[in-house]
Amino acid sequence: MRTMNLAEERTSVLRRLGLVNWGLTLSVCFAAAVGFVLLYSAAGGEFFPWAAAQMGRFGVALLVMIVTAMIPPRIWYRLAYWMWGLSVLLLLAAEFGGVEGGGAERWIALGPFRLQPSEVMKIALVLVLARYFHAVRFEHVRRIRTLVPPLLLLVIPAALVLKQPDLGTTVILIAVAGIIFFLSGVRWWKFALVGVAVAAAVPLIWTYGLQTYQKKRLLTFLDPSSDPLGAGFHITQAKIALGSGGVFGKGFLNGTQIHLNFVPEMHTDFILAVLAEEFGLVGALGLLAIYGLILFHLLASAMRTKTQFGRLVAAGIGFTFFLYAFINLAMVLGLLPVVGVPLPLVSYGGTSMLTLMFGFGLAMSVAQAGDTADEPLTED
Amino acid sequence: MPISENIEQNRKFTRRLVLLMGVKGLALGGLIARMYQLQVSDSERYTTLAEENRINTRLLLPIRGQIYDRHGRRVAVDKEDYRVVMVAEKTGNVQRALDRLAGIVELSREQREKVLREVRRRRRFLPVTITGNLTWEEVAQMEVNAPDLPGVLTERGYTRLYPYGELVSHLVGYVGPVTEREQKDDPDRLLKIPEFRIGKQGLEKTYDRRLRGRGGTQRVEINASGRVQRELGRKEGRPGDDIHMTIDMELQQAALEAIRPHRAGSVVVMDIHTGDVLVMASTPGYDPNLFIPGLRPKTWRALQTNRLGPLLNKSVSGQYAPGSTFKMLVALAGLESGAINADSGFICPGVFQLGRANFHCWKEGGHGHVALRDAIKQSCDVYFYELALRLGIDRIAETARKLGIGVPTGIDLPAEKLGIMPTKAWKRGYFRDKRNKAWFRGETVIAGIGQGYVLATPLQLAVMTARLANGGYAVTPRLVAEQPAGFRTGYRQASAKFRSLGFREANLKLIADAMTAVTNEAGGTAFWTRIAEKGMEMAGKTGTSQVRRITAAERARGIVKNEDLPWHRRDHALFVAYAPLDTPRFACSVIVEHGGGGSRVAAPVAREILLKTQKRYSGTAERAGLDLDLLRRGPGALRGRRTR
Repeated sequence: MRTMNLAEERTSVLRRLGLVNWGLTLSVCFAAAVGFVLLYSAAGGEFFPWAAAQMGRFGVALLVMIVTAMIPPRIWYRLAYWMWGLSVLLLLAAEFGGVEGGGAERWIALGPFRLQPSEVMKIALVLVLARYFHAVRFEHVRRIRTLVPPLLLLVIPAALVLKQPDLGTTVILIAVAGIIFFLSGVRWWKFALVGVAVAAAVPLIWTYGLQTYQKKRLLTFLDPSSDPLGAGFHITQAKIALGSGGVFGKGFLNGTQIHLNFVPEMHTDFILAVLAEEFGLVGALGLLAIYGLILFHLLASAMRTKTQFGRLVAAGIGFTFFLYAFINLAMVLGLLPVVGVPLPLVSYGGTSMLTLMFGFGLAMSVAQAGDTADEPLTED
Repeated sequence: MPISENIEQNRKFTRRLVLLMGVKGLALGGLIARMYQLQVSDSERYTTLAEENRINTRLLLPIRGQIYDRHGRRVAVDKEDYRVVMVAEKTGNVQRALDRLAGIVELSREQREKVLREVRRRRRFLPVTITGNLTWEEVAQMEVNAPDLPGVLTERGYTRLYPYGELVSHLVGYVGPVTEREQKDDPDRLLKIPEFRIGKQGLEKTYDRRLRGRGGTQRVEINASGRVQRELGRKEGRPGDDIHMTIDMELQQAALEAIRPHRAGSVVVMDIHTGDVLVMASTPGYDPNLFIPGLRPKTWRALQTNRLGPLLNKSVSGQYAPGSTFKMLVALAGLESGAINADSGFICPGVFQLGRANFHCWKEGGHGHVALRDAIKQSCDVYFYELALRLGIDRIAETARKLGIGVPTGIDLPAEKLGIMPTKAWKRGYFRDKRNKAWFRGETVIAGIGQGYVLATPLQLAVMTARLANGGYAVTPRLVAEQPAGFRTGYRQASAKFRSLGFREANLKLIADAMTAVTNEAGGTAFWTRIAEKGMEMAGKTGTSQVRRITAAERARGIVKNEDLPWHRRDHALFVAYAPLDTPRFACSVIVEHGGGGSRVAAPVAREILLKTQKRYSGTAERAGLDLDLLRRGPGALRGRRTR
């Protein structure tokens, strides 16, 4: 393998293209296409300012995904800690030198791109935890001592993201880490213990951990009528958009709530309202079906993958994606407070799409380990 | 890593993954259930809400009807004007915008405070009117400064304008913003529009519903901030109906000019057959245009506290003792009841004694033996003291009511006063104190010369004169003609419309004859103010009504001349008349408050205005092809035969 000639290299590239999960790629394209349509509508039937930009970004993200998928898993295995470290540095940089956008997330300007370190961290965390649990002997997972390093790997970035303050991403980080802990075999009672501890800490978090606007959002969520023209307005108007869409919707470009600006953030967090108002329940269920397909591909590959690293990465990415989607949908449907999580692959925004598709690429890449004997993660 | 461990790890992973997938399935199921709830179960409700969000029905302000005089002169019009409005949402700092605006247009402190109040009260995207009636220069200045004044716009609108100003103040009244109470009493949705103006006084008030028209509606699509996106539909309203007054502005102006030298008073001229009021002048007046932008509190206080009562329409709201102008009425009551005939005479020694009370005649020394004709011609008081006493108050009141004294004339103006025609029953009801409830004979005596409790409005006196002159028909005054330019058509319709009051023709002729003597025979109280023009002579009656009581002591000292009294204690001067003599058409009443003698002060005003009126309308009746016989049924026609 160290003595590969050029011809072998070329066949290797072709062979690796064959390893890309094309079913998953196609599903992702479907989801992104739904996004284009909705962004076109949200702009009042214009490609600008959103749909065209989103298409460009999707092209880049697609390339990143495919290239990522073609890179051998052992490279990712090796890079895991580095990526985590880099993400933490980026979070720190954003904390001290970043630009605040929209009152919540922070991003770093990289030339023409805006990079949200918290998005990158979601993937890096999955990667680093998967690597950690891959390397730990299974019987050692039971020891509490074993859980200290991964907890640190979680708490450091989670604290930084919470401080931004980005409650939505913090919740996703903790939830995804919990899922990886769970899949790695951490015992039930430890989760129960953490659950009790969190419940006990809620009053403290309420008092010290949350910003005033976050508290207000939570209160407004519990009773939207308390603030019908302020924060409650978002929730109420989104619900009206959804409800008035009915089963078949008002038709493409005919959503009144959307086009008369009653729904705020309709191109980002509340884009579901555009879909549901113009395409109705049928459209919303269609998107859910595409999401189901993507999840199916990710989790199926997690089941197939033989290495612990591989399946933890695939399952971790899958659940990150699921949490994104669930939190956003539940928020727009009025089941969760407004926390500022985009609808994955559909909402306008580059970083979340790029990192998510980079994650999909990772999942494809690591799925190879175990399929072929010549792709050991470590060289021992 | 041992195989067994690997297998266990594998199995655990798979088991737990499947478990998580189950949880995830449940979560998705929850989302779908929620979608079903919103988009299927509750869809109808949300659809309604979305429509309510989107569609706004606005009322369109109709243009208010105009008011014309009988010759089509515009007396009240809706004039286009430019005003400054502000959309607070776009303006940002309202205070600062107002500061800046004050440099361009005139802004009083009250106006600024009003704007700030309005801005707080209303939704921030709704325009608030700051000031109106911009001059062209101001409009231009606003345009130039527009970039510095975000959210401040010049807007075109309509304001009420009264081109004749003070000449029509009491007739036409004015419009003003709707009060809360008016809104409660009137369900018309137009009243909810902040720019809507409602009639507050005069004809603007009486005919408000006709003038205001019907609001159209405009269905517009609005966006989340309330701004209009496009019009979805429009239902045109109807502009208000125009109103055609019976008033002749030229005569109205002449009347006001004639009476203005006196401090306060009223002139009424009406057509005795149709009831058309040609002149209704009350002085002093006010400029109704002052009320349109909103009256300054100082101006309002000044108008309200003015002792001359500029806000009062004296023609219908001023109540005066009719004095000697009441004598024809008493005489007619006497003739009708048979208490007297034309030749019944009384001796006037200059004073009439009733018990211990002395009732004086205006003429010291008295008139000697007088019968009806001379009693009216020379205005002998004692004759009427005797006659009144013979008749009793209730019989006088019966005739008075027929002639319109003490009852509403039915004029189409708000705030008409009824005057007082006392009767025994009236006095019992009017006074609380038992001692005051009884009717005294002395009270009948002074009622005989139109003093005491008797009160009448100038319009009532004009109506009385008209009914005496038109052959005893119950003509009712009116200010608005049913048909525009209705002098011709209105004439015929009206003559037939009024019912007869049932007076004997011969009696009316006697009264007419006596009134003719007043102004046309030497010795008549108004002989010196007669109309000399052939065919336009008037018949009239003077009146001087006391506002103070002349005590016996004062009489002994010699009565103080009116000129030497303080203004408000001087007598009211009155004069009623009709003209021409043969075919009477116009009746007139003049009152000059505290003017002194009726013959000297009031009669010249009546002469001037009756002459002008006849000159303006001479021959119109014939030209219009009117039935002259109908007109000649009036008392003047018989006079020619009688003197033959």
